[in-house]
Amino acid sequence: MGSRASRLLREEEIEEIKKETGFSHSQITRLYSRFTSLDKGENGTLSREDFQRIPELAINPLGDRIINAFFPEGYFVLVIFREDQVNFRGFMRTLAHFRPIEDNEKNKNPATEPLNSRTNKLLFAFRLYDLDRDDKISRDELLQVLRMMVGVNISDEQLGSIADRTIQEADTNGDSCISFNEFIKVLEKVDVEQKMSIRFLH
Amino acid sequence: AEGDLWTVAVAVFQLWIFVVVFFITLPAMFGLSLGVTSVYIQILVKLLEWATIRIQRGREEQPSVPAPLPNGIIERAEGSMEEEMEQLRRSRSLEGGEFALSDALYFCKKGLESIVDDQVTQRFSSEELASWNLLTRTNQNFRYISLRLTIFWGIGVFVRYCVLFPLRITLAIIGLSWLVIGTTLVGFLPENSVKYWLSEVVHLTCYRICARALSATIRYHNKENRPQKGGICVANHTTPIDVVILANDGCYAMVGQIHGGLMGVIQRSMVRSCPHVWFERSEMKDRHAVTSRLRAHVAAKTKLPILIFPEGTCINNTSVMMFKKGSFEIGGTIHPVAIKYDPRLGDAFWNSSKYNMVSYLLRTMTSWAIVVNVWYLPPMTIQDGEDAVQFANRVKSAVACRGGLLDLAWDGSLKRGKVKDAYKEEQQKMYSRVIVRQNSISATHTRRDDQS
Repeated sequence: MGSRASRLLREEEIEEIKKETGFSHSQITRLYSRFTSLDKGENGTLSREDFQRIPELAINPLGDRIINAFFPEGYFVLVIFREDQVNFRGFMRTLAHFRPIEDNEKNKNPATEPLNSRTNKLLFAFRLYDLDRDDKISRDELLQVLRMMVGVNISDEQLGSIADRTIQEADTNGDSCISFNEFIKVLEKVDVEQKMSIRFLH
Repeated sequence: AEGDLWTVAVAVFQLWIFVVVFFITLPAMFGLSLGVTSVYIQILVKLLEWATIRIQRGREEQPSVPAPLPNGIIERAEGSMEEEMEQLRRSRSLEGGEFALSDALYFCKKGLESIVDDQVTQRFSSEELASWNLLTRTNQNFRYISLRLTIFWGIGVFVRYCVLFPLRITLAIIGLSWLVIGTTLVGFLPENSVKYWLSEVVHLTCYRICARALSATIRYHNKENRPQKGGICVANHTTPIDVVILANDGCYAMVGQIHGGLMGVIQRSMVRSCPHVWFERSEMKDRHAVTSRLRAHVAAKTKLPILIFPEGTCINNTSVMMFKKGSFEIGGTIHPVAIKYDPRLGDAFWNSSKYNMVSYLLRTMTSWAIVVNVWYLPPMTIQDGEDAVQFANRVKSAVACRGGLLDLAWDGSLKRGKVKDAYKEEQQKMYSRVIVRQNSISATHTRRDDQS
């Protein structure tokens, strides 16, 4: 029998996570207690079911895509072993994308781009659409995600024309797909910092 | 020497029983109080306030321990889907266009917010306190703060486990045995007003003794709205002790499933003296049978008011969750009651996924005390043009408002089950309307073909 997962987080772990993600000490402690409350199996990791147990997430049309973002995927990994559990480090790494940008201190290491930079936030959003992780959004993928968002309320034809229009507006190199750079261009005027950041109450 | 020890033990035991019977049980039977409990509570509150100050001081010196935030840990935007989408699209240079790639950002942020902090899952575990009440079980981040505090905690453990607990167990045993014996005896009488009066006395006495067994201090407000015969009493549900709390001030007909074991014995003897409504497990599944039986009970206007908890499960007393419409389809007058426990002195919430009934009762009996406020609300009936669901929501809002609890539309059965697909479909429908509306607006404008 293992010990209960409600073990306290060690100081060294907190420091490592702080360096990697930029969260403050108290934010990490709070998020750890949230992590353990979601971890019903008490084995120190979260499964997809643990996420789906959150009602507000279960009714979110893109809920499955968001949950997916926590589980590292990719052709190689999928073939060798399927990552169905995420530990606290992985949890924090994904959440780090949503830290407000202004929280970054000026004297951060400029060589490594912080996880919550504008580009990384946009990459997170891009991956919501890019189902097969081939770094482009095809018409098919866009249709699938659109279908998730609208359910049964819009016809196939209308949805198809929406997808076509979107790709037509965004596609600059004529390959009928939206690459990450084209995605960035489309969203250049959106206040990504505000719309993709979560503010903590201290 | 052994003989002496034995006589001493017997003497102590006799003294013990004497104290219990004359100072607690007898006054309880007559609804009197010697005022010991209120003095005890006052001392406790003062002690805990002192302890809180020490802890706050200690926390300032140890900034690594974060204080609990009872209002959630993140700031949430309270706008509707339409408003948020509008904001996202305002920055777009293109006009028209039904869908924007940035729409996904809205769902993304909402999803991440709910992962970090959601309104529902926190209701199924005990409330986090802003101060510590010297019970280790309620302290998530216990760090050694000062010697004096630890000493007080140690004394607290001794008092709770060695002094209060045996006393409370004795009382509970007396109370429950009295209930079984008394109701069985009353059951032999023919059906007349004497029997009803005696049954009331027996029930009230037992519940009062049980309330003493929990060191419960109950404050009833608006007693003029107390549930009447032939009515239905509905209340928010936090713990099985809710029944004891309410039954201290009036007699109710209980509704529930018949159990085996000790519980079943109590249930079966109770129904001999007074018409409680117990169902077999198989009957519970048949909603129609349940409703018709309850309807018959209510229609006979002379029977005691039924006590129902429409949430269907225990919630942690920070919010009121969906009232199931079944109780509101029976007919008759609804008497809503709001129950609010004071979390400072003891955590009354029964987390049934974590503790079973026995360990829950043990924990409650080794807490400091239970302090609870009960508000009787004015009776409500279903209005014309209102269906059972709307009526249920109306009653729920009234109860939440009175008890100072958050009014949530979520179903309490989410404790154990998955959320219905219908809610997701509602979200999808809302979003479709946003896209389609843009479409109809843009259809009337000339489209600008942009070169981006």
